[in-house]
Order: sequence, then structure tokens, then C-alpha cells
Amino acid sequence: MAAQRAGRRGQEMADDEAHTPLQAILLADSFTQRFRPITMERPKVLLPLVGVPMIDYTLEWLASAGIEEVFVFCCAHAKQVTSYLKTSRWKSQPNFKLTCIQSDDCVSAGDALRSIDQRNVVLCSSKVLGDFVLVSGDTVSNMPLKEVIQEHKARRTKDKLAVMTMVVKRCKPSPLTHQTRLGNEELVLAIDPATKQLLHYGAPNKQRQSILLDKNLLAGRQGVRLHLDMQDCHIDICSPEVLMLFTDNFDYQQMRRDFVRGLLSDEIMGNKVYTYEIFEDYATRIDNFRAYDVVSKDVLHRWTYPIVPEVSFSDSQATVNLDRCNKYREQGATVSRNALIGENTFLGQGTTIGSHSKIKNSVIGRGCKIGENVVVEGSYIWDNVTIADNVQVIQSIICDGVLVKAGARLEPGVVLSFKVTIGENFTVPQYSKISRVPEPTEQDSSDEELEYADSTGDDSGGRIYISANKVQVGQDGAGYRWFKDAVHDEEWKQSAAAISGEKIKELMAKQEQEEDDIQDVDVIPEEKLLSDEEESVDEDDNFEKEVEENFKRAVNGVKLENVVLEVNSLKLGYNKAFSDCAGAMFRAMLNLALETPHSTAAELLSTTKQVISKWSTLFRNFLKSEDDQIEVLLKFEELCLESASEFSPLFSKVVEELYDKDLVSEEAVMSWASEKAGAEEADKVFLRQCESFIKWLNEAEEEESEED
Amino acid sequence: MGDEYQVVVVAGGSSKDLFPLVSKDVPKALLPIGNRPLLSYVLDLLEDSNLNNVSVVVAGHESGVRVGSWIAEAYHDRLQVEVSTVSEESGTADALRSVAHRLSSENVLVVSGDMVCDVPLGAIASSHKRQRAGLTALLCPRTPGEGCEASAGGVGTKEKAKQLAAADVIGLDSARHRLLYVASGSQLGKEVKVPLCLMREAGQVELHTDLLDAHLYAFNRELMLEALERNEKFKSIKRDLVPHIVRSQLKHGRVEGTLSCSAYVAGKARYCARVNTIEAYGDINRDVAGDAIYLTGYTVSGMNNVIHPSAQTGAKTAIGPQCIIGEGSELGEKCSVKRSVVGRHCRIGSNVKVINSVVMNHVTLEDGCLVQNSVICSNVYLQERVTLKDCQVGCGYVIGVGAEHRSEALAKKEKMPINYQFLQ
Repeated sequence: MAAQRAGRRGQEMADDEAHTPLQAILLADSFTQRFRPITMERPKVLLPLVGVPMIDYTLEWLASAGIEEVFVFCCAHAKQVTSYLKTSRWKSQPNFKLTCIQSDDCVSAGDALRSIDQRNVVLCSSKVLGDFVLVSGDTVSNMPLKEVIQEHKARRTKDKLAVMTMVVKRCKPSPLTHQTRLGNEELVLAIDPATKQLLHYGAPNKQRQSILLDKNLLAGRQGVRLHLDMQDCHIDICSPEVLMLFTDNFDYQQMRRDFVRGLLSDEIMGNKVYTYEIFEDYATRIDNFRAYDVVSKDVLHRWTYPIVPEVSFSDSQATVNLDRCNKYREQGATVSRNALIGENTFLGQGTTIGSHSKIKNSVIGRGCKIGENVVVEGSYIWDNVTIADNVQVIQSIICDGVLVKAGARLEPGVVLSFKVTIGENFTVPQYSKISRVPEPTEQDSSDEELEYADSTGDDSGGRIYISANKVQVGQDGAGYRWFKDAVHDEEWKQSAAAISGEKIKELMAKQEQEEDDIQDVDVIPEEKLLSDEEESVDEDDNFEKEVEENFKRAVNGVKLENVVLEVNSLKLGYNKAFSDCAGAMFRAMLNLALETPHSTAAELLSTTKQVISKWSTLFRNFLKSEDDQIEVLLKFEELCLESASEFSPLFSKVVEELYDKDLVSEEAVMSWASEKAGAEEADKVFLRQCESFIKWLNEAEEEESEED
Repeated sequence: MGDEYQVVVVAGGSSKDLFPLVSKDVPKALLPIGNRPLLSYVLDLLEDSNLNNVSVVVAGHESGVRVGSWIAEAYHDRLQVEVSTVSEESGTADALRSVAHRLSSENVLVVSGDMVCDVPLGAIASSHKRQRAGLTALLCPRTPGEGCEASAGGVGTKEKAKQLAAADVIGLDSARHRLLYVASGSQLGKEVKVPLCLMREAGQVELHTDLLDAHLYAFNRELMLEALERNEKFKSIKRDLVPHIVRSQLKHGRVEGTLSCSAYVAGKARYCARVNTIEAYGDINRDVAGDAIYLTGYTVSGMNNVIHPSAQTGAKTAIGPQCIIGEGSELGEKCSVKRSVVGRHCRIGSNVKVINSVVMNHVTLEDGCLVQNSVICSNVYLQERVTLKDCQVGCGYVIGVGAEHRSEALAKKEKMPINYQFLQ
């Protein structure tokens, strides 16, 4: 394996082939704002999922899957994450090494990986050595990693360009909402069924109501499988090259949008991405409130076994009792005899539930006080929350320290951030997000996709926002309603609330409409082909213009070598041959001659001769073969017919001049003549003009051969 | 079966692709394949499947008359065949339209007349009926050499693109039952375009380039006729009608209560090919004389070849395996015939070599001729010591003493057939 590693790492590794620890990079920042306003005060990876911070799920999975060393990359709220990890049991776990990397100036996964790469160069120990697993700190999974890593490594020994393997899983988006149950948009993947190579990663073309796949992906393959039913688990097995690729391409920001698509579209480097499909195992990322809701339920339903609440993998000491119907209760939770605890519930330590309260499909954290006659359905209540009597909480998320006063009502999709207070008998409208931190007004465009990275830590606890808007949170409430996300009406898509019946009806109507609209969006290839052609014509024009520009620069005194270099690079850039360069260059020379003032044809001829003799050295650089010379003649002919008709009477004279200057060989002229001999009469004008010259050439040749 | 299905055989006319093999005198349907007319393979297959109600549509009046009289003679007590004609310029969809008034059965089987195959048509017909599909298409795994597998490694991108242009792109579901996308490679623009709603319903589509659309379709009659009626500009069944039905299958599925479009993928062991290029004509003749000899119904000799009892061979003449020699042909001394088909009443002199070639009927090859990888049509006269390699010689052509030709199509001057679109 060591031989495969990049050179700069290879040397130190040469004597240490025996064992490379399995390593993982865990990004403890999702670089998005989906969990705002909660993430204003606490990093996402520390948000509790059924009573345990998300990062513990990820670490538990990595540890059980045999990963030996994890680099936790912290960015937003870095201090909170590091101090949590410092005291966590992961620090003292045997055979498991945890290294925290802090950074304040990263705004994307790309930045994070670049800074890890830099760190790798500097450090000698505790760094990324070989292939590694790249996950985000909000991943919940129970998949074994050994097999996928082996598959990845085996592929790498055969093909060094197979830099990444990503894990995918079947998950068909709903036909109505066009999103997966995790709230993700539709994703189109094209995979080569034989090799599992990923060929395309993107979204469907909504405008044209179709999925477009470059047809060249099919070329040379027996088939391609096109998926709309795959979910990207965001678990990647990467080669060390991935880090370097990020460093080399400093504009790569996001893993998927930039990096994967960049690799797929880059044919020159030829790096390849492969997929690994899992079937039974659980693997998913929580990157919006709907996913939070869905994954919480999956945990309660034990799909993530063995990572389930009653198996202690976090620091909490309390033991969890499991009743039938997935009722989990930590020791020390007190429930009134008259309270009704329904299926799929989790009650934390020290929580009390008042009489006649009904709890169903919900998670209630530790130290909460739930009053009497309270209804909690499909909601997530974190720690130390107080809910007074007669409150209804439907499909909402309530963070630590919230106080909901008596008679209040939370409609579906509500998010109450830390320490918010909701006033008595107040109804919080659906999808509202309320926080003690006021919504930032100015849109900072630079970190649009960045979690709020406050370096000050959690200091908001002490202050009390008396000025909180009463209209937004009710009498004697405290908190600000955030409106930013409420603007677009796509809110229902990614909230924790179930999709309402009305919305479903609306969508169904829309779908029927759409299906009726499938008129024959027939391919109109003719039109398309035409436009393609135009494009290429434009390109030809551009190429000739640029060559002419360069020629003019030569006229203005730029060194010949530089001009030759420039034109050669143009040739590569436009994918042209030497003959095209020669043609374009000749055209530029003729144009130069034309621009010089002249009154008669004879004068023009003499200036042309001067130009040709002056620039023959430059010109010769592009006349590598006979074909190039023929191309020049053809080009000249074309020009005489079109743009530079002034040259048409001089055609044969100029050809003779080219011959005299040894720019065009005898063979070239002869093969041009024979090529033209079969042409239509109208095209033979110039051939006839050159007849005498060609005859002379023929005779000269004969004489020569006679002499021999 | 007979009552539920009517069959339309689109038999073509004098296709330009097969110039100079076909002409007014020899329409495509009557081209000899292993010394039997091409169309007989399809008609026999229909007869075997008990699909008796057949309409044959021929392009061009003259061709129609010839095909009609041949069928009347050969099949008068076996199949109920009606032959009709359309103009030379008509597309295959026009051919279907022309017989629309005659169709009354619930399902219609549309077959291309240039197919040589052994896939049981009855199985396709009943699969179509069982699934209550609107359209069922027969797909065959491409034979090696024709597709990409032969030269998968190390070919340039241009080469690959060329191969793609020659292939069909066919989208199936993972179980390979449902047909979700059809396009011929040459028809594609820059992109393969799959309708989103179809993709949403199916979840995934496998796009195959290793399957060949055999131009055999079972249609729900009403669905087919409605689509034809609504879209007057449809010219070709394969290029217009089938993609249209596949694209809008969800709509039909809901209205008609039928399943959708289904695919019948033939087993790898099955033989299925179409005579649509000169190359294919040669290949299929060789196949039929060789491994696919069972298609012809001839009895194979111990030498693994078929020599008609009335054929005569001179001394020291060797006829190799995988050859067919037709009725009444005479071969001189010291000839060698390898992997070739020789038609009826040919007169072959001495010291003649025929390798990898097809020689049709009443052909005369004088002494010392060499014919390799070529096709020689009926009534051709090759004088002494003619050498032909990779050539096609049209009907009645005469080649002078000692001439040598390579990679040429030789034919008497005749107005070129103008039928470009038929059977594409």
C-alpha cells in the first residue's frame, strides 16, 4: 500500500508497511444553516438525538466498525465541541484515538479538507496516512466499514485513479412531494452496473421535465444504470489524493456540488468515483429537521440496532428500560398514574409527567416538567424543559430550558430554540422558529452557507430579552420569531411536521396536471444539431481571430518565439491541427497586406510578396507537412471567393511566390491540383489560373528526372 | 392465437442500403438467404406460432407484384396472407396506416420482413397479452463483433461514439420486463433524455447499448392506431411511433388500464438478426449455412454442409463445411468452396475458389476465378481469371477476362432506388 501513497508521504511510510491504522475524518460542522436558529447557540453535532448528542452516534459507529483513529474537525462552536469531547469517554477508549482539529476560518468542507492537508504536511505524527473514511458528525449508521474499505483498496491497487468510493442506499422519493423521506431533493445518479463507477451526479432538469444524461457516457459501455431512487449516505472512502485534489482546486467548496461533479466532468485527470450500495444496513445523515424527525423515529424503531437507546454508548449513566411498543424510560423518570404514555416514546431521567397528559411518538429529555392535561405528539423535547398545564405540542422541536406556559399551543413544524418562553394561551403558528437570539438582519453574503461561527461560546444564557416581541411569543413570553426561512413556501418540505392533508391534495392535483401536460415533448434534433453547428462555426471564427491578433502582435514587435508559443497553445485550446493554424496565419498575412494602402492590383501583389517574405520564418513554423501546405492553398482559394476577392486575379502569382519562398512545395501544389481536378467547373477557376504554373512545374520535374 | 392476433409484415421494397443486391427485379423480401427468400424465414416463423392472419406490405408496385406471386405459390395452403403495396417513398408507419382498415383484432403483431430469427413469436404474443401491455418489443442481445464487446479495450473516443451511433439505447427496469426508453444511437442528440415522471415512477432505468431492437412489436391495436392517427408526421415505426408510445406510457397506463410498455428479451442462445446492410447480408448467409443451419430446414451432410443431390462436382473439387450448394449447380475440377452459399443452376468452371461469399442463382464463373468476401447476384457472368475481393456484383453484370476488383459495388447502370426511409 505504501507504494501508492503520494511521494511526499511515501518515504516516511516505506518502513512502516506492517500496519496502517484505519482512519476517519469527521467534520463536526455541516457548513449549512438548516438547523438555525438552534445552531446559533450550540453546534449541530451536539444536538441530542433521542437523548444522545449526534456526534456520539457517529463515533460509536466508527469505533464499532473498526476505525482506529478519528480526526474531528471543528469549526463552528469549536470550543463547545472540543470541550465536550475532552470529557467524553472517547478520550479513554482503548484502541481508539481521537484528535481534534480546530479552525475558525473555514466556511466549507473544502476549506476543512484543505486545512487538514496543510496540517498533514507540517506534522510528523498523528496525521492522515492512507485511505480514510470521510463522514460528517451528524451521521447515524450501523454499516460495517471493513468490506467497503477493502473493496476500495482493492480497486485502488488496480487503478490509481479510483480516488473515492461513496456509499449509497436505495430510497425512492415520494411521487408526490418529489423528495425522500429524509427531506432530500431528488438525486439522479448514473452508475455503470458492471464496475459500479459513478458517471453522473446531479438533479433532474425540472424545466424540461426530464433527466438528461450525456450520451458519451454510454459510449463504450454495455449499459448504464440511471437512478432516481438512490440516496447518498454521505459516507465516503477517500484516498489521500482527495485531500490533494482539494488543495489543487482551491475553488472546490462542497463535497458533492464541487468535488464529485468536478471529478466527473474532468476527463483530463481521469479520476474516478465509485459507489458501494448497502441494502440491510442503516446509514444516513441528518441535515434538516425532517431528517431529524425521521432518524429519531428510526432509532426508536430500532432500525439502527445495535445503536439504540437502551445500549449505553454515551456518557449518561442512567439505565434505560424498554417496554413493548418501543416505550423507553430512563431510570428516574416519574410518570403520573393517570398519564398516558403511548408507543414510540423516550422519557429521560428526572422528567416528570403530570396526570392526564398524553405522550405519543415523542422524545422527552432529562429533567423536564410536563404539567397536567398536556398533549405531546410527534415532538422532540430536549432537557430541562418546562411545559405547564393544558399545553398542546404537535410535531415540534423544543430545545433546552424552554418554558411553555399554560394553555399554549404549538402547531406542527414549530422549533423553539434554547430558553424561549411562550406566553399563556398563546398559539404558535405552524413552521415558526423562535429563538432568544434575534435574527441577524444584514445578509452576510460571504457565509451564506455557514453555521454561525461565534467564537465567544455560549454567553446568551445570562441575558434576558425583555424586549421580545409579544405578538410573536405571547404575553410574558421571551424570544424572537425568525422569518428568514419562512419567506419561501418550501417550508413544509424540511420541517419536522408531517405533510398536511391539504398539501397532499394540492400536490396530487398538481401531479395530475403535470401528467396531462406530458405532451410530446418530442426531441427536435434538427434544431439542436443546427445550433451545435453554429457553435462550431463560431469557434472557428474565434480561433482565426485570435490567431490574427497574435500575428498582429508579431507585427508590432513581439518576439517570434512567443507568438509561435501562443498560437500553439491556441491550437491546443481549440483542438485544432497545424493545418488550421497555417490557414489562419495565412489569412492574417493576407489581411495585413490588404490593410496596407494600395491602388492597383500590381501594388497589392508587391506588398503581399513583401509580407510573405518578411514573415516566412514565422509562417514556416506551422507548415509541418504537405497537408498543411495544401490547407493553405485551399484556404487561400476560399478567401479569394469570399472575404478577400481582391486577391482572386493574383491567385496564381501568390502561389508562385509561396513556391519560390519554399513555403509550399511542388508536391503540395500538385496534389492540390489533382484534388481539384475532380471538382465542379465553377470550382476550377483558380485551377485554370494556375494551369501554366502547374504545367511549368510538371515540365521542370520531367527535366529533372531526365537529368537523373 | 390466430383470432386474437393479426400480423403485419413490413417487407420493404428495394432498399438503398442493400444496393446493388436489390433491384426492381429482386426486391429485398426475395433476396436469397441460404438459397431461400428472406421473407420465408419470417412467414415460416409465423406459421410455426400459428399466427395465420398475415398482411404483407411491400413498398413499390413492381416489388409488390413479385412478392405477391411468390407468396401465392409458396404459401397458398399454409397461411392466410394478403399482400398490399405502398409507394416507394413511404415509411414503415405509412405502411401500417395503409393496412389499418383491415385490422380488427385486439392486438397486432408488427414484424419487419428482413428478420431472420428463431425466437418463438407465440411466446412474445402471449407475454404481451398476459401483461395486457400496450406495446411489447422484442430485444435481442447483440451478437459479438457487431457491438462494443468485441473491442472494448483501448478504442478511441471517436470509435466509441461511432459504435454508439450504430447501437440502440434501450432503457429497461431492473427486472428487464418494462420498457422505459428507446432511441437509436444515431437519433440521439447530445443527451439521453428520460422523462422525469417516468423516472419517478420507475425509480431506476438501466440504459442498455448491448441490446438490439429486433423490429418486432406487439401493439394494442387501439393504442397504435390512435397514436398513428394523432401524429400524421410519424414516418417510421421504430424511430417515431415506438418512442412516442414508450414516452407517454404513463398516460396510456392510466386511461387504458393496460400495464405499459414491456420488453421481451430473447435468450442469449437465440438467433436473431436483420438483413439491413450488405455486411449483415453476408454474415447472415454464413450463419445460416453454419451454426444456424436449423433455420433453413435443410438436412446437413456428414461433412457439415448441404449439397443438393442434383448438384455436380468435378474431380478434386473440395466443398468445405458450412457451405450450401443449390439445385442443379455444376462445379468443375479442382475447385474450392469454403464457408459460402452457391445458388441454383450456377455453372462454375475449374480451378475456381469461392471463399466466404454468396453466389446467387444462374451465375457463371469461368475457370480460374477467385471470389472472396463477396456477394454475386443472379445471372452474373465472370469470365476467366477474374479476382473479386470484398465486392458486390449486381444482377446480370459481366466482368471481363482477368479483371481484378477490390471493395467495389459493381452494377449495371440503372436508376438508383430512391427509397431511403423504408425500413429504418
